[in-house]
Amino acid sequence: MGSPVLSWNLLDDFQLMWSYPFMVNAFRAGAIVAVVAGAVGWFMVLRRQTFAGHTLSVVAFPGAALATLAGFSLSLGYFGFCIAAALAVAALRRGREPGGSEESAATGTVQAFLLACGYLFMALYKGLLEGPQSLLFGSFLGITGGQVTVLAVAGVVVLAALAAIGRPLLFASVDPQVAAARGVPVRLLSVAFLVLLGAATAEAAQITGALLVFALMVLPAATAQVLTARPGLSLLLTVAIGFAVTWAGLVAAFYQPYPLGFFVTSFAFALFLLAHGARAVARARERRRAESGRPVLVGSAA
Amino acid sequence: MNPVVAPTSQPSAPSASAASGASGASGAPAPVIGLRGAAVRVGGRTLWSGVDLDVRAGEFTAVLGPNGVGKSTLVKVLLGIVPAASGEIRVLDRRPGEAGSRVGYLPQRRSFDPDLRIRGIDVVRLGLDGDRWGVPLPFSRTRRDERERIAEVVELVGASAYAHRPIGQCSGGEQQRLLIAQALVRRPEVLLLDEPLDSLDLPNQSAVAALIGRICHQERVAVVMVAHDVNPILHHLDRVVYIAEGGAVSGTPDEVIDSDTLTRLYGTPVEVLRTRDGRLVVVGQPEAPAVHSDRHAG
Repeated sequence: MGSPVLSWNLLDDFQLMWSYPFMVNAFRAGAIVAVVAGAVGWFMVLRRQTFAGHTLSVVAFPGAALATLAGFSLSLGYFGFCIAAALAVAALRRGREPGGSEESAATGTVQAFLLACGYLFMALYKGLLEGPQSLLFGSFLGITGGQVTVLAVAGVVVLAALAAIGRPLLFASVDPQVAAARGVPVRLLSVAFLVLLGAATAEAAQITGALLVFALMVLPAATAQVLTARPGLSLLLTVAIGFAVTWAGLVAAFYQPYPLGFFVTSFAFALFLLAHGARAVARARERRRAESGRPVLVGSAA
Repeated sequence: MNPVVAPTSQPSAPSASAASGASGASGAPAPVIGLRGAAVRVGGRTLWSGVDLDVRAGEFTAVLGPNGVGKSTLVKVLLGIVPAASGEIRVLDRRPGEAGSRVGYLPQRRSFDPDLRIRGIDVVRLGLDGDRWGVPLPFSRTRRDERERIAEVVELVGASAYAHRPIGQCSGGEQQRLLIAQALVRRPEVLLLDEPLDSLDLPNQSAVAALIGRICHQERVAVVMVAHDVNPILHHLDRVVYIAEGGAVSGTPDEVIDSDTLTRLYGTPVEVLRTRDGRLVVVGQPEAPAVHSDRHAG
């Protein structure tokens, strides 16, 4: 195709993009992935399990590499490896508090080993594909209709499971001791969440590449949690931000010769900075109002 | 200081224990918590044994004793998390752990992460519906009733002013009030508190102690509270359990917090002094010095 130029008439632009089936698939896949990764990522940020999430995203790379080498479907490679790694991470830190320092060591071990395996698979393959780059940094050119279907089905399963366990998972994340005393299966939820995290990572890795999964898993959730402390609103905002940066990234990558992963990540990062700036301004204003107002009372005892 | 829900407006709290065949609410009601010769072993070691205790509705009981003697374990036994090695234990006429939401629990903790972006009121709500699966209907009648109950309990603990702030940004005393609200939101008949005054400054210690005493006596909740220091809670207490290595004594504060009783319990001279305002001061109790650690250090 010739190099298309953005006309800034968004209707025309979208009509042009929609005339390419690969772009339609990319928009569909991007929308699914943004919603799923956003929702799961929101819980991941709240639970401070970003390191586990990072490990699972790194594992997406050997999964895809092995699928390429052995000639089975890429989706199977992504989902199989990420979910298996999620179970391995869960098994390695049995009986530990989530987010503890012990977890990092065990999780890091899995990560390093599997990354090395991915490197080996790539070396063995010596193939015709673009090589490791698209697996690591993402690509939107080759998404097939079948792949979109797999993403949609897996996405619906993940979201349904997350909706079912959402409230107990929130309880167990914020307040594990009280949740356990109330009969919430804290440890089981922790394993279930890791599996969902693995599935969501496998989804996101197919769009952003293994290394930039965090663009969709962490940045929208972190941005939304800066902006609001209401759980429901924060979750909706996360999904909206993820969706917006993914589609904006696709449009940018369609019109510019630079990679999709870069655009999606940069847009998400820009929003993150903006949100922090906005909160800093709001806080400064609040402080000024508090200082000019009444003096602070020291409460008397009982 | 804070608006209080009149006890008459909450008829549901004591009714369940009355249904179990106990005599009237005002006479001598059956104990809500009963321990007979209870003992507990952790890792093959007997932490304490021979503990007898009766707690009735609206009674405030403190569990006192040196560090590491198994005070928190007593609360965990009442919750059914740790099994008792021997003796009989009844909580609301059931075995420990079977009374469900009729028992409220506030575990020992440091504090919430300052970066945790969840409002205090959301933490209180988790106490109400955090163990339910699935997605709530946003505009249903139960949802509205729940919102009213949450506002009511937040007001009861005097936390309305900061319940909408992220809980990580609340002070230790504010967090503790919100957590008490969380433990109370389902109108429990028994409230188990594990060192709720730990890591609070002195004014907050006495304010939170007064709040717990007020909830206990006005809402007719039986409170069992593990405490490190008896002084902030002394004049709210109805009953005291002193645990020492091996044994324990229980009774009213005047009976138990007594030079002879504590000297016999610990096997080392302990002196109890009475100040002019009627407070008791325990001197010589074999206990590690109180550690006032910074709550952000963890």
